[in-house]
Amino acid sequence: MTNTSPPVLDIRNLRVEYPLANGSTLTAVKNIDLTIQPGEIHALVGESGAGKTTVGNALMGLLQAPGKIVAGSISIAGKPIDVRTGRTEGIIPGRDVGAIFQDPMTSLNPLFTVESQLCEGMLTHLNISGREARARALDLMKAVGIPEPERRLGSYPHQLSGGQRQRVVIATALACDPKLIVADEPTTALDVSVQAQILKLIRELADARGVGVLLVTHNMGVVAEIADRVTIMQNGDVVESGSALEVLTAPKAPYARTLISAVPPIDTRLERLPVPSDETKTTRKARDAVRRNSTKGDTARTGDVILDVRNLCVEYGRHSLIPGRKASVFKAVKDVSFDVRRGEIFGLVGESGCGKTTVANTIAGLVTQSSGDIDFQGTALGARRGKSVRQSLQMVFQDPYSALNPRLRINATIAEPILFYNLASTAEQARQDARTLLEAVGLPAETGTRFSHAFSGGQRQRIAIARALGPRPSMLICDEPTSALDVSVQAQLLNLLKDLRDLAGLSMLFISHDLAVIRQMCDRVAVMKAGEIVELADTETLFTAPKHDYTRELLRLAPSLDRILCNESNATSLRR
Amino acid sequence: MIRILSVRLLQALLVMLAVTAIAFIMFRFVGDPVAAMVREGATQAEKDALRATLGLDKPLVLQFIEFVGRVLRGDLGTSFRYQQPVASLLMSRLPATLELVIIATVMALAIGIPLGVLCALKPQAVLSRLTQSMTLVGISMPTFVTGLLLILIFAVNLRWLPSSGRGDLVDLGFWQSGFLTASGLKSLILPSITLALFQLTLIMRLVRSEMIDVLSSDYIRFAFARGLPRSYIYGRLALRNALMPVVTVTGLQIGQLIAFAIVTETVFQWPGMGLLFTNAVGYPDVPVLAAYLLFVGFLFVLINMIVDVLYTFIDPRLRTK
Repeated sequence: MTNTSPPVLDIRNLRVEYPLANGSTLTAVKNIDLTIQPGEIHALVGESGAGKTTVGNALMGLLQAPGKIVAGSISIAGKPIDVRTGRTEGIIPGRDVGAIFQDPMTSLNPLFTVESQLCEGMLTHLNISGREARARALDLMKAVGIPEPERRLGSYPHQLSGGQRQRVVIATALACDPKLIVADEPTTALDVSVQAQILKLIRELADARGVGVLLVTHNMGVVAEIADRVTIMQNGDVVESGSALEVLTAPKAPYARTLISAVPPIDTRLERLPVPSDETKTTRKARDAVRRNSTKGDTARTGDVILDVRNLCVEYGRHSLIPGRKASVFKAVKDVSFDVRRGEIFGLVGESGCGKTTVANTIAGLVTQSSGDIDFQGTALGARRGKSVRQSLQMVFQDPYSALNPRLRINATIAEPILFYNLASTAEQARQDARTLLEAVGLPAETGTRFSHAFSGGQRQRIAIARALGPRPSMLICDEPTSALDVSVQAQLLNLLKDLRDLAGLSMLFISHDLAVIRQMCDRVAVMKAGEIVELADTETLFTAPKHDYTRELLRLAPSLDRILCNESNATSLRR
Repeated sequence: MIRILSVRLLQALLVMLAVTAIAFIMFRFVGDPVAAMVREGATQAEKDALRATLGLDKPLVLQFIEFVGRVLRGDLGTSFRYQQPVASLLMSRLPATLELVIIATVMALAIGIPLGVLCALKPQAVLSRLTQSMTLVGISMPTFVTGLLLILIFAVNLRWLPSSGRGDLVDLGFWQSGFLTASGLKSLILPSITLALFQLTLIMRLVRSEMIDVLSSDYIRFAFARGLPRSYIYGRLALRNALMPVVTVTGLQIGQLIAFAIVTETVFQWPGMGLLFTNAVGYPDVPVLAAYLLFVGFLFVLINMIVDVLYTFIDPRLRTK
């Protein structure tokens, strides 16, 4: 790349520290060097706590007190940030650095129109009249591809879809023609199809306007899709930095290698994801105990149908007060039928709002179906269900942070359902069982005396799984169990769930929006769209020979590490 | 929009009917008014005659239907004690209470909101700390103590302000106002401060916690990331979001103030509705009590509806497309 203009971002030896209450300091970012050329997309990758968001916040002047820049220099488009004061003086956020946040649902103020939120930055920084600002806003709306831009300017954020809102956010970021945009997880909250559009838009804008983009993300697929260069961070340090192709195909640093190999591939199915196994002598012993418990009196063969869902319909809505008037009803699930066999992991995949979680909640008894039958081990499931049914159907929720009662010790959390279903004769016995379960999911038994806040997200999800296993269920419903977790943690948990399936003969209903995860986990998959199943097939068949257009669309749009790299290597081999 | 309003109206009507029923039942079970009204040693014939004039000899259901009919016509009965129509009695007292409540509410909002914002933005500032501790006193001190202290200081010792009554009034025909004379305004000061203190504390604390919440939201961080001026972010973007629950609370508080300004009115001998009500309880003047119950029910239903409608104006998410 030939360029005479200075890099849009030049970070040298950046160090950010947070003084802690006990007098010591936490170094969030150590000695970061990073440069971005105009028109370049530079991905900053790492797991939670790696310091990647801190770098972005430092650039935007958003470091939360008491955090401060203690060393190093930052210059944006040739203008240095005064790091002595730790503030971005001389560089005005908004004018020199544009920002794109993660969740478009919350980054726009619900009480103001799109126009007002687009124009306020321009009026502050650009010294132009209201009419000029409006004209610019209209241009920006067109540039980011919002249909009916004129009308949309007068809309409030809630009247736009998630993708449109993120486009508005991108338009606001571009409003004052900044040289650099910091995009912090810009597509994490979006569906794959919308994600693909937004990534394409960011790429096009970077190319067309010569804006440098610092893309903070944890998603390797996104990196592979649009980034020119990548920096991988771990614990505030740069582990590896280089061109995207090099780093993703041939990572040199051990951590970079682990991180990249933990990404579940979408094109092949692996028996286990290549992460360090957590199976030790203790876990093996504990798992043997769990197996003995779960197979007691279990005579059914694998392969029998355990759950049979027929013509399931679920409607949400209010009944009209006025008789004879039709109530406003939203059909969340329309005529869905599938079955799950014993020992099988059955996947439900689809975009947000497609009804997959409603199906799970209906089977779990959290929502009642408006029509249709659910047959579970020969019992019809309706609004009221017996204790034995409830015992053998357990659920693992998406967000491990809110799924555990913060006021209960972990032992008590796990022992609670065991005692409720009279599976232990004494409280002491139940606590013993809880300890065994903790060991079985790979946590030391003595951690059971702690409260949930002492654990990381991945550990909490393990605890939630242990709790679900307590009542010795025959079926586990997992609703996006890993979508709130980092890739390496996700890989460990997926391995764990597979182990437990083999161990306890569990059947699983596994819900995810992530096709790669589905491919790794499931035996059969149903693809849902707008409340209906559009395709149901064996996982291998579905991924290799998808029949429905929508499935093909989803597969095409899913950002994937290996496919992009595959294309690249094909291209290079052709060139040779 | 119209659908929401009509559903609201229907609910309001049901609530009012229930309140009317309770008011009616009060007549039947709060003592025998006849025994309280006749002179001592009255004959049975005299009592029966009075019972008939009051309409208390008819069947219960008929009495209720008549009662609802009378209420709808605005006839709330005749006070046992004053022997005047209750409706005109209420109307003569209403201006006093309303003027007091309006001043108190304006005062609470005008002082409470800026203080709340200040406490949220600069929790370490001297004024914030002072406000925080003062409002703690304000919220924990009973109204009559505040009122008596104010009287002691400003009326008895300093002799700056009157200690009781409404001062000189100007009669506007349907409304007797104290707003138009100096002594009327002076008389308003102490009682309205007393009445406002609790609301002020409540609003200040509410604004503070809402503001702290809003400031940590993504859209405010996004506003900072766009480099908008602080005053604009705090004063316009954040405050507007923070004030939404204040609308609800202020609405309900106005209802509370009008209905239950009793203590303040008693302390300052303010001739408002609260005083009418306390006197009625002692007597027992059942028509006044029942009318008061109806009035308070109506007030709350009305205020809730106004708040609901206001909300749709403030929050675009509630406006249907």
